[in-house]
Amino acid sequence: MSDETEKLEEAAEESKKKLGSPIVTDQKTLSSLWFDQRELNVRYLVSVEKIKKFYEGISAGKVMATKCAKCGEIYFPPQSYCSKCGSDSMDWIELSGTGELLTYTVINVKPQSFSHYPDYVVGIARMPQGVNVLAWIDGDTGKLKVGMKVRLEVKKRDPEGYLTYWIKPE
Amino acid sequence: MRRVGIIGASYTKFGERFDVNMQELAWEAFSDAIKEANIEKDAIDYFVLSNMGGWSSESLPAVIVSEGLGINPKGSVRVEAACASGSSAVKLAHDIVASGQANVVLALGIEKMRESPTKTVVEYIGRAGNFMWEFENFGLTFPGYYALYATAYMSKYSVKEEDLCEVAVKNHYYGSFNEKAQFRNKITVEKCMSSPYVAWPLKLYDCSPITDGAAAVLIASEDFIKEHKSETAWISGIGYATGTANLSKRDDFTGLEAAKRAALQAYARAGLDPEKPASQLDLAEVHDCFTIAEVMAYEDLGFAKKGEGIKLVKEKQTYKGGLIPVNLDGGLKAKGHPIGATGESMIAELYHQLLGKVKGERQTDIKKGRALAHNVGGTGHYAYVTVLSLEKGGVA
Repeated sequence: MSDETEKLEEAAEESKKKLGSPIVTDQKTLSSLWFDQRELNVRYLVSVEKIKKFYEGISAGKVMATKCAKCGEIYFPPQSYCSKCGSDSMDWIELSGTGELLTYTVINVKPQSFSHYPDYVVGIARMPQGVNVLAWIDGDTGKLKVGMKVRLEVKKRDPEGYLTYWIKPE
Repeated sequence: MRRVGIIGASYTKFGERFDVNMQELAWEAFSDAIKEANIEKDAIDYFVLSNMGGWSSESLPAVIVSEGLGINPKGSVRVEAACASGSSAVKLAHDIVASGQANVVLALGIEKMRESPTKTVVEYIGRAGNFMWEFENFGLTFPGYYALYATAYMSKYSVKEEDLCEVAVKNHYYGSFNEKAQFRNKITVEKCMSSPYVAWPLKLYDCSPITDGAAAVLIASEDFIKEHKSETAWISGIGYATGTANLSKRDDFTGLEAAKRAALQAYARAGLDPEKPASQLDLAEVHDCFTIAEVMAYEDLGFAKKGEGIKLVKEKQTYKGGLIPVNLDGGLKAKGHPIGATGESMIAELYHQLLGKVKGERQTDIKKGRALAHNVGGTGHYAYVTVLSLEKGGVA
């Protein structure tokens, strides 16, 4: 729950005691607002059945993409079929070697579910295999430059404690 | 296909609209548009609602609004094209009328973004790309996506943060004259530069705000317009395109491919020369969700050469009296950006400008009788370009 919501909840509890209803007043416009008494928590179950090999790769420290066995198109994020030629015969290849940093940013104002992290740096790297990868940038982010050499690495993301891929300046 | 025109349009006061619920907000925009068009609401054959939602309580906003407007049992649908939802509603309304299935269609956009806390809204828009590969692991935000473009653009064309702030200064200037704008304060480059970073290199004053608002556009057939002698701006060309969900699948981060394609389509349909579009238009509304977005829009629309968009605003060519006035309503930056209503509000502004109905400082001279709205959804995920004209013509 955000600080904003916590304050509203306190005010709503107060109002329920006084008025009987959870009515809060917006401090700026002085309008009356009903403070929702139903809370919705959402967590999705997203299928990764057809790209399980990607997670096997991550487990072995590799970032994998798929390559169409028929037309050669490479997909990252990995895809189990080829949007280009329609084939569903895909090979797995590793995205490795030295890439180029195309662009980056620092996320200062964070979404609710990322608010426990310090400001993080996100970049997009062009890999020698010809596809781009978007990820957090690890390492000395103070010296970043568009066009600099980078590589991918697999590392744990804390505090959640799961493996993911990062862009690392060389 | 029949000719189609706009016969009435309106948008509400934008901002934190805690004083109204969704139905009341829709009613404000609707009742003004109906009054302007001088029609009975029974004349409406179909209703297209544009809304992104998630942050607001209603799951079926089209039926909520339709019931509130008192236009049941006419058919309705809700459309979503992120921040370009409004233009997609106008396109659908246009197509229904053009096909002969209806004579009058209402396109109404609405958003009650303030029903949720800021961080939740930031989360919802951050998820508006590819959820699994860009949000779930990397927590991108809407300013973050555009900041990736800003960094690449600034690096390639040696543009400074101060330069981007010039766009915010212009849009706040015109917003100060618009009584419906969320922000009515003029700002300076210094003020913009001293605002905190939201997603480096974008600062608070580079960003459009979180906004509640509604906007309505009434779209009618040529037959209806003739019969009712309506004050009309004709829809003379609509262009549209879709970009990749994953930003990482794009080759270039200095312009929006979908917007370029949409512009060329719209020019072809409206009969405009794509080599010099600015000289054939009286004004434009462009999608300045962030300052960098307005600069890229100038270039994607062909108003400026690649890398020279900043020059246009620095030389005041997009102020009134310049090559092409842009965002005389304050733009998304100052007028506000209620996602699903932004598109209709752009069309409403152009309609009033073309007919000379805008009060005071903001009205520009109408000499060519043509105006353009450039409305981008997400980060170039959806793009719509709509050309309005006082003359009939084009094949929208």
